Amino acid sequence: MIRAFKTLVLRDTKLAIRVGGGAGMAVFFFLTVIAIVPLGIGPNLKLLGSIAPGMLWVALLLSALLTLDRLFQADFEDGSLDLLMTGALPLELVAAAKALSHWLTTGLPLVVAAPLLGLLLNLETSAFGPLILAMLIGTPALSFLGAIGAALTVSVRRGGLLASLLVIPFYIPVLIFGVGAAGGGGVSAVPGAGGQSLALLGAVALVSLVLGPVAAAAALRANLR
Amino acid sequence: MKSESLRLSASGLACERGGRVVFRGLDFEVGGGQALIVTGRNGAGKSSLLRQIAGLVDIAGGRIALDGGDAELTLPEQTHYVGHLDALKPAMSVRETALFWATYLGGADIDAALAQLDLDDLVELPVAYLSAGQRRRLALSRLLLAPRPVWLLDEPTVALDKASIARLVALMEAHLARGGIIVAATHQDMGLGSARSLVLGAPQAAGEEVSA
Repeated sequence: MIRAFKTLVLRDTKLAIRVGGGAGMAVFFFLTVIAIVPLGIGPNLKLLGSIAPGMLWVALLLSALLTLDRLFQADFEDGSLDLLMTGALPLELVAAAKALSHWLTTGLPLVVAAPLLGLLLNLETSAFGPLILAMLIGTPALSFLGAIGAALTVSVRRGGLLASLLVIPFYIPVLIFGVGAAGGGGVSAVPGAGGQSLALLGAVALVSLVLGPVAAAAALRANLR
Repeated sequence: MKSESLRLSASGLACERGGRVVFRGLDFEVGGGQALIVTGRNGAGKSSLLRQIAGLVDIAGGRIALDGGDAELTLPEQTHYVGHLDALKPAMSVRETALFWATYLGGADIDAALAQLDLDDLVELPVAYLSAGQRRRLALSRLLLAPRPVWLLDEPTVALDKASIARLVALMEAHLARGGIIVAATHQDMGLGSARSLVLGAPQAAGEEVSA
């Protein structure tokens, strides 16, 4: 069962890297959004610095949403999902493997790109560490919560937008605590709020790791039969 | 693989798709070493029946059971389903595809399996460059990648040339000789020796199946 899980993660990661519109696209979208923010706001470095954590998080959320529809749809359309279901691996773990590979190919590259883009937005030097930490904790939640939306819309052609609409409300806690942990947003006015935000972000991530695959598997079953 | 004690049976099986009754009151029984050829006009429920056995379509009534199999495994975990969709990824090579399914399904020697379907010259080629017949053969190679007692084949001969059909029939006969079960939906006479047949009737007159 562990072998099946590993081989599925490996295959999905390989496919995401090879197929166009996969891993690279989210990073480039992230880059593009952050690159045009200063053009829209104007070259006010102080203003850019203060909105940087929030902007980075919002752009990261949108980039993660962009690749969600690939999560199950490709396998649904070519019949692979049927065969994955006849394996010994429970569907919950199939969903978990796919969400994990989505994080490896989308969430992780976005976290790696974030500090570079932080420079573009004049992010305070002291905020880099907390921001990266918060993103490392928060991005798995994006993939695992996103799996629910992707599973719900698996049989809808071009369901990516619908999945995004379904998933965004679930992303709001990640956004609020993520920005708070990085020293931005409304929460940061309270002293010591960063640590508390980080703890809550961790809680959201852990809950989503457990609930995401279970809910996604239930949605897949309802869609397939 | 298990011996002749294997038995796949259905009683009073019913299938509903989109609120429409496809068939109901279906009974059949196949023993180890036997093939069941399912025929019937388009829309009679051949594919739905195979997908029900594979656990991919809900059973609206009745039951399907496999006796004499591995008690630890569910019926879908003991079946190979080869349907209309090939479940192949254009970006993966033939070897990667075979290796993935062999590992995922808990299987065996991929080189031997690919050689038996005459795919051994193509192992490094990406699936994107395969012809329709070669794709089909790669999909069929899953049957050999992991040993499972029940084979469910939905129009397995589509896109295959004569030599490949002969190769498939030989593989099916070998599977039956090992005591396996085959349920195949096909319009083509496969020339299998001891095959039983199940004719799915019109939706209105469902249940008129005959066993020959």
